[in-house]
Amino acid sequence: MADEDDDIILSELDDEELVQQMHDDLYDGLKDEIEEAVGILLERGWTPYEVLTQALVSGMTIVGNDFRDGILFVPEVLLAANAMKAGMSILKPLLAETGAPRMGKMVIGTVKGDIHDIGKNLVAMMMEGAGFEIVDLGINNPVETYLEAIEREGADILGMSALLTTTMPYMKVVIDTMKEQGLRDKYIVLVGGAPLNEEFGRAIGADAYCRDAAVAVETAKSLIARRHNQTV
Amino acid sequence: MTAPAPLRLLACGALAREVLALIAANGWSHMALRCLPADLHLRPERIPAAVARAVAEIRAETPAAQIFVLYADCGTGGQLQRTCAELGVEMLDGPHCYAFFDGNAAFADRAEGEFDAFYLTDFLTRHFDAFVWRAMGLDRHPELRDMMFGHYRRLIYLAQTEDPALDRQAEAAAQRLGLAYERRFTGYGDLAAALAAKG
Ligand code: B12
Repeated sequence: MADEDDDIILSELDDEELVQQMHDDLYDGLKDEIEEAVGILLERGWTPYEVLTQALVSGMTIVGNDFRDGILFVPEVLLAANAMKAGMSILKPLLAETGAPRMGKMVIGTVKGDIHDIGKNLVAMMMEGAGFEIVDLGINNPVETYLEAIEREGADILGMSALLTTTMPYMKVVIDTMKEQGLRDKYIVLVGGAPLNEEFGRAIGADAYCRDAAVAVETAKSLIARRHNQTV
Repeated sequence: MTAPAPLRLLACGALAREVLALIAANGWSHMALRCLPADLHLRPERIPAAVARAVAEIRAETPAAQIFVLYADCGTGGQLQRTCAELGVEMLDGPHCYAFFDGNAAFADRAEGEFDAFYLTDFLTRHFDAFVWRAMGLDRHPELRDMMFGHYRRLIYLAQTEDPALDRQAEAAAQRLGLAYERRFTGYGDLAAALAAKG
């Protein structure tokens, strides 16, 4: 990919230009450049949390929006996610040390019968970027796995993903089982996946349906805040 | 005997060949086919509006036209069904074409055991490069293979026709994806039955 970007020397850019360049590099899935730029911002005294939110999360939000609008397709989203992941793995150990805000804990997984996990992984990453602790159950999760995990982990949020019309009804099985076992009100339940919509989320008794990862972060934050207000 | 009333078929482009084959084989001369681009398959949220537009166009040309929408849900999460109901047109049953070629009931029965399978149809076998390999970026970024197909174990070619050349192509596709290969002859499955009901 020889273009004029090759000539840009990241360390010579000022902060604002560098963040802009990181947004572009994330968009283009350039992992090495992202790693380098994360290092530069840290050296300049940015906190890990600032690098994460202002450079990585905001850049990934642009990618998410352009996917929604049909400008980017799945492989580009995956490459961008890989680049962001590389940056995050530098920041992660530092975040804990520097007292970045802790938002809560989310258990997330794709429902039984479904192997689609790109969207779920993206949500997990963006939630992590926003300060949530994530327990990722992977794909093909039966109700027992979800319930065992939220209890074991003392989670605040259960997130379920489905991309198939045939697997989305399984979310209701999970929520109904939570109700039967008296667990439903202990947790915030978020659901997502391309074939779902708000009406479906309501019908199955989820707290919210989220159309994309950015909305998931905002929704999770506001539902957690609402809960705190109720319990205090 | 009166001739059956004209029927306009509005189909996913991925079904064109199969629908035309069924029309020819059964002499259903009262059926006329119109297709929407097959690549809507990768952007299912756009299918309901595209169908609604095409139905409006057909009705503008032929106000009394009987229209049959040859799409399954295709990942619209029930939205296409709602759109068709509002428009007063029928559509196919089932979640997607893999299911209705296999037979929706049989597909549902097998689903659990075939959880780790990636399906090809005749269409997807012919257009594997455009609709899978390139669409998923594997031509430009082979390193995405594991993120895309890492959880899959086998590729099942659901064959609509007996065609050794396609069989070989499907097997080659499996090999490129690093998946075990199986072939199952389905014929036209529930698509044939749904059209025959209008014959
Ligand atoms: C990529 C893809 C694949 C990849 C999956 C790779 C992977 N590792 O996940 C491959 C090619 C392997 C694949 C396989 C299959 N697929 Co597929 N696939 C898609 C495609 C094109 C994009 C999905 C995607 O990754 N989007 C990108 C991400 C970023 O978006 P997203 O998943 O929607 O996630 C966002 C939001 O929904 C939300 N979100 C998602 N999850 C969650 C969870 C929570 C808690 C929250 C809050 C938010 C949230 O946030 C995410 C980020 O912004 C869709 C079509 C489409 N455009 O949706 C078909 C699609 C989903 N697949 C489909 C089908 C049929 C299949 C197969 C059966 C096909 C086959 N030939 O065998 C198999 C499935 C096997 C199985 N058992 O699961 C159909 C489903 C039809 C239906 N009626 O349900 C679709 C709609 C395509 C179609 N029209 O036919 N697929």
